[in-house]
This record gives sequence, structure tokens and C-alpha cells, in this order.
Amino acid sequence: MSEARDTVLGTIRRSLGVTGREAPRRDAVEGRIAAARPGVIPARGQLPEPARVALFCEKAEASAATVARVASAAEVPGEVARFLRDNNLPATLRRGADPDLAAMPWGGTTIDVTAGPSDGSDINGLSRAFAAVAESGTLALVSGQDNPTSLNFLPDNHIVVVAARDVAGDYEAVLGRVRDRYGKGTMPRTLNFVTGPSRSADIEQTLILGAHGPRRLHIVVVDD
Amino acid sequence: MTIHPTSPQFKDNAHRALEDRDLQKALGHVRQAFIAKRAAAAEALPEFEALRDSARDIKQHTLENLDLYIEAWEDKVTAAGGHVHYARDAAEAREAVLDICRRVGARTVTKGKSMISEEIGLNQAIEAAGLVPVETDLGEYIVQLRGEVPSHIIAPAVHLTRDQVEADFRRHHTHLDASRDISSHYSLQAEARGILRERFLAADVGVTGANFLVAETGTSVIVTNEGNGDLTQLLPRVHVVLASIEKLVPTLEDVGQLLRVLARSATGQEMSVYTTLSTGPKRPDDPDGPDEYHVVLIDNGRSSMLGTSFEEMLRCIRCGACMNHCPVYHSVGGHAYGWIYPGPMGAVLTPALIGVETAGHLPNASTFCGRCESVCPVRIPLPKLMRHWREREFERHLQPAAVRGGLGVWGWFASRPKLYRLATGLAMRALSIAGGNRGRFASLPLAKGWTDYRDMPAPQGATFQSQWKNRRAQPKRAA
Ligand code: SF4
Repeated sequence: MSEARDTVLGTIRRSLGVTGREAPRRDAVEGRIAAARPGVIPARGQLPEPARVALFCEKAEASAATVARVASAAEVPGEVARFLRDNNLPATLRRGADPDLAAMPWGGTTIDVTAGPSDGSDINGLSRAFAAVAESGTLALVSGQDNPTSLNFLPDNHIVVVAARDVAGDYEAVLGRVRDRYGKGTMPRTLNFVTGPSRSADIEQTLILGAHGPRRLHIVVVDD
Repeated sequence: MTIHPTSPQFKDNAHRALEDRDLQKALGHVRQAFIAKRAAAAEALPEFEALRDSARDIKQHTLENLDLYIEAWEDKVTAAGGHVHYARDAAEAREAVLDICRRVGARTVTKGKSMISEEIGLNQAIEAAGLVPVETDLGEYIVQLRGEVPSHIIAPAVHLTRDQVEADFRRHHTHLDASRDISSHYSLQAEARGILRERFLAADVGVTGANFLVAETGTSVIVTNEGNGDLTQLLPRVHVVLASIEKLVPTLEDVGQLLRVLARSATGQEMSVYTTLSTGPKRPDDPDGPDEYHVVLIDNGRSSMLGTSFEEMLRCIRCGACMNHCPVYHSVGGHAYGWIYPGPMGAVLTPALIGVETAGHLPNASTFCGRCESVCPVRIPLPKLMRHWREREFERHLQPAAVRGGLGVWGWFASRPKLYRLATGLAMRALSIAGGNRGRFASLPLAKGWTDYRDMPAPQGATFQSQWKNRRAQPKRAA
């Protein structure tokens, strides 16, 4: 073990007046990590599904995202084509290997869809959210081949598909699902919480969208 | 220390700031922008005050068990394929980053906004090693172009006007058409976006800070609005996280509690745009992400604040609310404070980190109006802590000079157990670094009157007080 490590931990222990071997402290720390108690959860997001999804849409729009709702996965390509057309964007799309996205009827549109991570040259990226949070209109995306993290940040326009049933009330419910999927104490390489498109107010506190990440965030909620 | 503090000249700095018309114009935006937004965000969440209590308790509990949480966190980082490097001080932290850069043959280093990077003077060290550090947060990029340090912990360029930024871009971006129109906020941001996008894609190492380190999972968390931190950590081969020891929290749920007060207190947002939880390097089937993930865990004076009245300062989550609500900050801006951390949090933290001899004026930069404490999301009693420093300074100057220089200081400290613990703890750390192999000192900042006449032996190991505390803390044996 490094000398610096010993010194840092040693000074912490001296200052706290502890040895690090006290059983009650060790039990308290282990117990707290094991329990992962939720703490104070705002009542705002604790709603039945229809109202929860409506709150998510309202909050996402308040964060400057645009939101569309479609009745089924089959309608997603048509909605994406409309979004691209209405914003005068090229009919191209980059997505990951997500099977749900791949299974959608892209052939019914003129969009040129390619698969893989982004190298920075893509105008439009498409992802599928792992979950969403009604409380603040936040999307949760996990890294991996299905939805490469680079698609969340490099394209100018990011379109994210989320199933209505994946919209949770609060972050803690999403963290619980992450734990179910990856195991307690284990995480995907990256979990991104995204609330609206990129922005900065660094010059005179004047808010401008599209600082380094996407200028537009378009969310498609699938209701079925 | 590569950033030379001008804190001793606080009064001169403040006078100059008051006469600086550009600065005064720019500071108007702080008063207008932040206060109403925070108030509205707090108002809109009925549980906000309860969440502040929760945030305070989480940070306080973690500090009281910091040794154990660090060990638990380190195990998880390692299990996820990451590497932890401990740094006792700024020099060790810089060296840890440079070692990694040298090993991978890096040329360009992109950087997400990180106050600890400013504290350790990392950019200067990277440049001195012949590499190019590129700040990527818009405000940090602007202050880097100007050769300045941030004047605010979340809005680094808040001291500047749009006209000044335009002039800086014209001066530095000389490869672009001189007749281009960059008179709007939008066009300035778009120009920076274009230039920095190339840098992101070309970088070999990305350095970010961390808002939180999670013991449960070995995760580091960054919170940004621009997305620059994400591009910084995602695209290069190597991601280096710089974090000071007080960033630890126990669980993911604790992060949820803290996030709810962080953005609201900082910018009045309910959530910042990007909250990113990173755990280890790229996995076998990942199509993107860094090959290596390192955390440099930095002490630099903090461990000695534990167990003292200044321990509470370590709850700080760097939201900036205290400076946004401070009448002194509104009047003089951040640079007058003379080091990295301005406003009320700087007035308490800076003397603890660089010494009250250098930063003793800062705790006086207060009207004791109490607004900082009333908005601090982790309820740090900032005015009380400033008063502690003031009392200490005041009484120091009441002593006759000769006594003040030597044993008098010790006598005064010794009658104040908590301060004494802090001072000896800090001095112990400083001395063991400064003393190097020699084990003796020819001059000491706190004991000049003493060392003018004799050398002082370098302390070995723990102070008597902390040893005493250690013993008492050991579990009693059953009779
Ligand atoms: S002291 Fe409190 S208000 Fe100031 S930056 Fe830290 S957490 Fe925010």
C-alpha cells in the first residue's frame, strides 16, 4: 500500500480520534451501504401512471426538450421523420444495436439509418432510454452496444425513445431498476441522467442552448 | 503552490474591484440571475427544507466515518477495473496526473470544470511538462484564454462582459475570418463549440472533477449543463477523475438527495442537464468510453480539518449559493479574494487550506448578514466559522509582538482545545511535508519567535491529543 494512502487514512483517523477497527462504526457503515435508504422523496412524482407520464412530459418541456407521444413502437419512425422534416434536418439517423429500435419499421420512411457509436460526424442520434423520471423530466440512459454513450453527446440533435411504462416517479425508483439489472453494488460503465438539451449561461448569465452537447433534445414517449 | 495567493492584499484588491467598471457591470448579472431563480426553485418544492436537512446529515455522517467510506469506495473502484491514486498534497496530485500522461504518451489533455484542479495548479504543471491543457467548460475556456483563474465556483467568467469575451476570442482565434460577426452571446458560444469540438476529438487524456464519489458502487458523479464534462471523459483513451476526500457519499440514494438540493441552490434548475455516473473503464462489449479510469484522491489539508470546528466546512457541495447571496461578493467579485475559492465558502476554506497568516483578511470580508448560511444547502454555519477565524486573528494581534511570535501563540492555542487540535494537526501535516528528510526546521511560519533562536524538532506521528482521543475511542473491554 502506498505511503500517501497510509498518511491520508492515518490523518483522517487521528483527526477523528478513531482507529478504523471499531466494530460499531464498521457495522454502521456496512449497514448503511447495504440498506441504501431512499431518504426524502418528493410527493410530486408519486402518481399513478397516466398522471406520472403527463408530469414527465410537462417537466421535460420545461427543461427545453420537445416531447411527442405515440400509441405504439410502429409509429416511432413516422414521428422521427416528422421531427426531422419540421426542423429542416437531413434524413439521417445514427443508432446503437438496441433490438427495440432495430425492430421499428424504418423502411416506411426515407430516413437513412445507420448503426454504431458516433465519431462526431452524425447530425442526428437516436437512443432508447433505460428509464425516465417524472419528478424532473429526466431521462436515464445506460452505456453499452445497444445505446452507445457517444450518441447522447456528439450529434447536434438527440432523439430519445422511452416507453411510458418505464417512466418512474423519482430517481430512486430508477436506481432500484439499475440495481435489479446489474446487481447490488455494480453499475454500467455510464449512467446518464439527461434533463433537456445542452446549454450554458457562462457569458453574462444569458442562457444559450447547444453548448457542447445536443442543441435539440426530442423525446418520443411510446404509450403501449 | 502554483497559484500565488493575493489574499493578503484583500483590501487593495477590493478597492480596485470597486473601481473596475466592466467588473461592476458584470457583477450586476450575479445579483439579478441567481437569487430569484434559487428562491423560485426552493419555493416550488415543498420538501426542500427537509432535503437540506437530509443533505447535511448525509455529508456529516460520511465525514465522521470517512476512513471507512474511502476504503469501501476504493474496493469498488478497483473491482470495476479502475485505479485509485492517493495524494497528500497538491504536488503529489499533479505528479499523479503527469505520471499517467507520460505513461500513455499524451500530448493534449482536455479538462472538465474542476475546482480541485485549480486548487492544485494542474494546468501550469501540464504546460510545464510540455503538454497542452484545454479547458472545455465555456467559462473556464474563457478564463484560460485570459490567463486568469475562475472568479466564481460555478460561473468562472461571471466577472466579464460580452464585449470582453468578444475581444478575447478575436485576439486568440486569429485563424478565423477577422470580419466575422461574433457580437451576440449565441455566436460567441457557437465559435467556442466549434473550436472545442476538435479538441475533444483529438485529446489523449480527459481530466474531470467529481461532485460525488459513491462508496456503494465505486462511482464518480459529475454534474454539468454544457455536456463538456461528458465529452471530456468519454472520448480520450484515459479518464482521470480529480476528487478531494470529502466528495465521498455512502450510496446512490444519497446522491439522489444531494442532487435535489445542488442544482436548485446553484442555478435554480430542478436538475442540471447532465448528471453522469461513471464506474470504471470501458467494458469488453462497450463500443465507446475510455480504456483506463483513474481517480486521484486528494487530501491537501482537509483531513486535518476533521474533528475541529472547521469540519463542517467539508460538507460543502460547491453550489455557489453563498457567494450568489453575499453582499461583499456582489461588490468586489471573486478575484479580490485572492485565491481559488471566493465568497463566504472561500472566506472559511481558504485560511484552512493555505494558512490564516496568508488568508486572514478573508473572514473579515463579511457583513455577518447571515444570508449565506440561510441558503447553504448543507447548512454550514458560515458566519460562525468566519467568526472563529476572526477571533483567532484578533487575539493574535493583541499579543505583544515578541510573545506573539513564539510561545504566546502556543499558549493561546493551548487554551482553546479545538483550535489547538486544528493548528497542530495542520502544522503536523505541513511540517512533515516541509521538513522532508531533514526532520528539523530552521524557520516556521507559526513559531517565528521560537525558531529565530533554535531549531524545532519535526513532529513524528500523531499529536498527543489525537493519540489520547484514539485510545479513548477504542472499545472498552468487557469486565
Ligand atoms: S458553503 Fe454551502 S452555499 Fe457555499 S458553496 Fe458550499 S454548499 Fe454551497
